[in-house]
Amino acid sequence: MYTQGLDQGDKETQASAGTPEQLAAFQERIDAEEKIEAKDWMPEAYRRTLIRQISQHAHSEVIGMQPEGNWLTRAPSLKRKAILLAKVQDEGGHGLYLYSAAETLGISRDQMVADLLSGKAKYSSIFNYPTVNWADIGAIGWLVDGAAIMNQIPLCRCSYGPYARAMVRVCKEESFHQRQGYELLLTLCRGSAEQKAMAQDALNRWWWPSLMMFGPNDSESKHSAQSMAWKIKRFSNDELRQKFVDVTVQQAEFLGISVPDPDLKLDKKTGHYTFGEIDWQEFIDVIAGNGPCNKQRLEKRQKAHSDGEWVREAAQAYASKQAARAAA
Amino acid sequence: MSKQEWPLYEVFIRSKSGLSHRHAGSIHATDDQMALDNARDTYTRRCEGVSLWVVRSDRIIASDPAETAAFFEPAEDKIYRHPTFYEIPDGVENL
Repeated sequence: MYTQGLDQGDKETQASAGTPEQLAAFQERIDAEEKIEAKDWMPEAYRRTLIRQISQHAHSEVIGMQPEGNWLTRAPSLKRKAILLAKVQDEGGHGLYLYSAAETLGISRDQMVADLLSGKAKYSSIFNYPTVNWADIGAIGWLVDGAAIMNQIPLCRCSYGPYARAMVRVCKEESFHQRQGYELLLTLCRGSAEQKAMAQDALNRWWWPSLMMFGPNDSESKHSAQSMAWKIKRFSNDELRQKFVDVTVQQAEFLGISVPDPDLKLDKKTGHYTFGEIDWQEFIDVIAGNGPCNKQRLEKRQKAHSDGEWVREAAQAYASKQAARAAA
Repeated sequence: MSKQEWPLYEVFIRSKSGLSHRHAGSIHATDDQMALDNARDTYTRRCEGVSLWVVRSDRIIASDPAETAAFFEPAEDKIYRHPTFYEIPDGVENL
């Protein structure tokens, strides 16, 4: 899932190496829709932008395992539990595809992990919200993965080959995530009044944070123009957000629950929905580390990492021993 | 943090018999067996393959992208290696 807020940070992107001829030749390849591969010459700023974006994307997948993992032991049936387990495992897998894509740009896995654990690296703001009832699992699949799909489909055509190929793999799996979420909510909405109220409550809490996943408005988005020119990004934040609202409102209507936005209405002329103002202060706060669960998410990741230390050590010791025996 | 970075392996998958193995991505592992296990868990969760190859990335010998033009140049002026080079008149069949 989940690229977003990825336009933030990295003030050094100005310091681009390369002669004007090299830069022009590079841009020519991009404009001709040629893919850039790992060992090809690329401007330093292009490399850094991608490292930042792909690693943040990978971190988001890994942290994204937590809000849903929270419900694994409390899933209402074995079927739902198996589905959720598969989904959480997919998120871990997506993180791995993306880390290895980022590694092709010359950053080590250990460095990326260290940046996440130290709190230096960012991840998607959406995972700093709590999952307080079972319907939240449905809302994450439907809305959060739905928003992620909007973001990720164009990334399959990203100019950097290894990232684009990883995204193709991710997108294939993402559709299952969204559908299982919607089906979960549909089941609740067709159940008792209480169950339907749970679904409505989840939509109320996840709607606005999902819209924030597309990042700041275009007028505020610092790195967009360059990323568009490099064809890392194909559509602007606002364009993708609009697409998402347009398809999602109808899906909410089918569920029989309502989007928590009094300003939402269909503009008959354009065929698009207009919607209310996003609370950008909330977005800024969550990105800055002050969301409801930022601290908890990071601490849990740090603990998982240090709890796994002995396993990594044992694996390494075993490998060294086997190698020594084979050599003897 | 472990003291040394685990070796990187490239993963190749044969999606069904009759097709060749194709590069899927990479994986870290301490040894060959773990590389196979990790590759299976990461790249074939939905029956994407019937056979897996993993190979240490540092064992791959690759051509240099900076030398691409010169390296592949010898084939470029040999258009007579392609069947379209030869003109065959209409009326000649099965050729």
